[in-house]
Amino acid sequence: MKLELTVNGAARSDDVEPRLLLVHYLRDVLGLRAANVGCDTTSCGACTVLVDGASVKSCTMLAVQAAGRDVTTVEGLVPAGSPEGELHPVQRAFREQHGLQCGFCTPGMVMASVSLLAENPHPSEHQVREGLEGNFCRCTGYHNIVAAVLAAADALDSGGAHADPASQAVQA
Amino acid sequence: MAVTSEDMSILGTRVLRSEDPRFLTTGGVYAEDVVDERLAGACHVFFVRSPIAHAKVAGIDTSEAAAAPGVLGVFTAADLADLPPIRPMLPSMNKAMTASVLATDTVRFVGEPVAIVVTEERYQGEDALELVDVDYDPLPAVVGFDAALADENLVFADAGTNTLCKFGDAGKFDEHLFGGCEVVVSRTIQNQRVAPAPMEVRSGAAVWGDDDRLTIWFSNQGAQGSRASLAGLMGLKPDQIRVITPDVGGAFGAKFGADPEYAAMAWVARRLGRPARWTETRYDNLMAMSHGRAQQQQVTIGGSRDGDIQAYRLEVVQDCGGYPRIAAFLPSMTLLMTTGTYDIARAESAATCVVTNTTPVGAYRGAGRPEATAAIERAVDLFAAEIGMDPAEVRRRNLLAPFSEPHQNGFGALYDSGDYVGALDKVLAAAGYDELRREQAQRRERGDVVQLGVGVSSYVEITGAGMEAGEPHENATVEVHPDGTATILTGTSPHGQGHATAWAMLASEKLGIDVDKITLKWGDTDLIPEGGGTGGSRSLQQGGAAVQQASEELIDLARQRAADALEANPDDLSFDVDNSGFAVAGVPDATISLAQLAEREQLLVRTVFTAPGATFPFGAHLAVVDVDTETGKVELRRMVTVDDAGFILNPLLAEGQRHGGIAQGAAQAFVEEVVYDDDGNPLTASLADYPFVSATELPSFELVDMATNTTYNPLGVKGIGEAGTIGATPAVQNAVVDALSHLGVRHVDMPTTPQRIYRALAHPEESK
Repeated sequence: MKLELTVNGAARSDDVEPRLLLVHYLRDVLGLRAANVGCDTTSCGACTVLVDGASVKSCTMLAVQAAGRDVTTVEGLVPAGSPEGELHPVQRAFREQHGLQCGFCTPGMVMASVSLLAENPHPSEHQVREGLEGNFCRCTGYHNIVAAVLAAADALDSGGAHADPASQAVQA
Repeated sequence: MAVTSEDMSILGTRVLRSEDPRFLTTGGVYAEDVVDERLAGACHVFFVRSPIAHAKVAGIDTSEAAAAPGVLGVFTAADLADLPPIRPMLPSMNKAMTASVLATDTVRFVGEPVAIVVTEERYQGEDALELVDVDYDPLPAVVGFDAALADENLVFADAGTNTLCKFGDAGKFDEHLFGGCEVVVSRTIQNQRVAPAPMEVRSGAAVWGDDDRLTIWFSNQGAQGSRASLAGLMGLKPDQIRVITPDVGGAFGAKFGADPEYAAMAWVARRLGRPARWTETRYDNLMAMSHGRAQQQQVTIGGSRDGDIQAYRLEVVQDCGGYPRIAAFLPSMTLLMTTGTYDIARAESAATCVVTNTTPVGAYRGAGRPEATAAIERAVDLFAAEIGMDPAEVRRRNLLAPFSEPHQNGFGALYDSGDYVGALDKVLAAAGYDELRREQAQRRERGDVVQLGVGVSSYVEITGAGMEAGEPHENATVEVHPDGTATILTGTSPHGQGHATAWAMLASEKLGIDVDKITLKWGDTDLIPEGGGTGGSRSLQQGGAAVQQASEELIDLARQRAADALEANPDDLSFDVDNSGFAVAGVPDATISLAQLAEREQLLVRTVFTAPGATFPFGAHLAVVDVDTETGKVELRRMVTVDDAGFILNPLLAEGQRHGGIAQGAAQAFVEEVVYDDDGNPLTASLADYPFVSATELPSFELVDMATNTTYNPLGVKGIGEAGTIGATPAVQNAVVDALSHLGVRHVDMPTTPQRIYRALAHPEESK
């Protein structure tokens, strides 16, 4: 099937098998391998990406279901053309709070956090935990992930929001 | 970050991880992500797995699968006859309990590989798998400790028993051990089976070169040990194999060595003459990657009514699953730590390893030590409840006094240093123990539906016990390049621990080269043929110490060369860390940097650090839980922990290790469990069924600092990777029981699910 969509700001057009999962389209066809597959049951969230600004588990969506839509992966979180080494406020908070260890859940966790903060810019700790319930991490015990999301909320509050395309997309 | 001599040392500071930008922007390169020209055109390997726990394989019809689109080959055990049998590791183990890469005539657990399907494309393999027709003749499944010990049905008919091996001899237990004790309490405790469940499942890629050498990428905890393991599985010499370790998405002990599937993948690559890749599904992972724990423990504890513990006995049965793997060694670690942090006059322990028709059991974060701590910490609380004394007070009365000279624990462990009372008092103070007890008393008096429980644990564990033969050791190579950068090679194998940052800090401090100019390499057996990998909380105390030692030796080597270059006496040279170079005393212009020296001649040192022995970190954990006495629901409100691992090189990394360990330990206490039905069918073989702990079930953790340095390495560090897991499990379990103790409940097995709590409240007499 012909698939046309936007991925990380660039228009794409590919012939794909109708049963191809979005995550495999991103990884195998486009070579965007940050999103990972951690389970078979939409439980773990390692494959989380944004579709039209909202978090989606890309292992549970067919690539063709994304036709005409705007997909953002962690590779596209910082807009193309940004200075070398630039991080999105959520990425920066994950680093500063040591919110990642092995890194496998991280791309999905970051995208889920971006989506969470777009929906609720001032979450409580409890709301962060509820919001990330569908994203598993085996390394951090979630402690520093929660700290990172709360820190990112503060950073976005104090002017970092311009660098957050996802939250703008949802708010628009 | 620039380090100057005026600054405080970089050691002990919160340096952010140099690993992170890559993980955060493009993601790690895990085995499935590896792109390499040698892997162009790789085929995809799939395993047909047994759906029955115990059966004779009457026949396998591969014809329909072989004819399916894209299928390159379908293989069974008969095809793999050139691979050697997988025998039990020690002579003391029952030799009939031998495995093979694919099941031959019998399957022994659900998930055991029976056949291989190889396809051009991934989705074709998933289709073709369904077309392999295996004819099974079911046999009675051996599930659970009682069935295994009964020996009525055998997992291995030829073995004559389900017992794989024994440690110690319960038949020689002292019948007078508890003589003179006013109070003796005994009960059976389940240390249930759990799934390591790293976020990255098992995955790899293999290709053979024209020189008949295998190059294999796969997710592991140490390329060198994995190469040895793979060589054994394939009947090859280690130097015929090059193992390359990509980024690893978590391991927790379950990625030590090489699982049989990797040998099968490599076999396919050789047979078909083209590269092969394999990535399992999570279903496969939960059925066929080794599980952890799986011990049944009988504890007996005795002492006086005024709180003196005088005798303790521990009998362990270890469920090894369908084939002997690392589980066969786990009880030796448990028995080694029998008495934990306590000074008990008379103690004894023994263990029996059995096989069952379930997934093989292996190492899981702590590997035998959490089980020992769980047993004695539960026993101490049972004793405290029996004599009606506060459990923290019972601990304080019976803990070993602080010591700085090594202490022999009576079970073969030589504790290097410890202050267990200090750790306990710190955690009680930080948690506000007395206030918690007051709140608990108020709730009990009011008869609240939600009761408060406070659980305490004290632990000591063994870390850095050595992965290769001989004394615990590890190698490191440090090289300074002409451009002023440096490269470190290590035999450790980071998979989340942050070695790239920590090892660079160690070299930076000695060499005066910024952390961001130092690159760490690991996990390639052609580049680094020797190494013990990462596990058993060994990496910093041996691998890090080796980096520090290599850096010092490099300075010594450079000093001699600098003296030659500057025509000065080496003794007149001083190394200036600010400038990463040498200066001659009294001659301001006579300087030469390490980079300049490297320009003249390769500046590289390889060294091996050897430790005098293992180290014994310790601590105390306190858990606070709310337990709803109507629904049985447990809410973990607080986790306060003291984890003393000596000097802390980078608090950011050490805290991360503690957080992760605490979460996994707590998860075992009240959330996670691998469950089988009576026929050996796994009921938790997906992440929709296995209750993998999530963010909503845990609080933020309260960490308390304590550092009692070891003398076993110049850094003064002990291991920290497993501490959280060891302390947290009994603290949380004890807290749950404590919440219900005024209602007559003395014990609730793990995980303390609503069902178990409901039953304990309905029948408190059963918990005694």
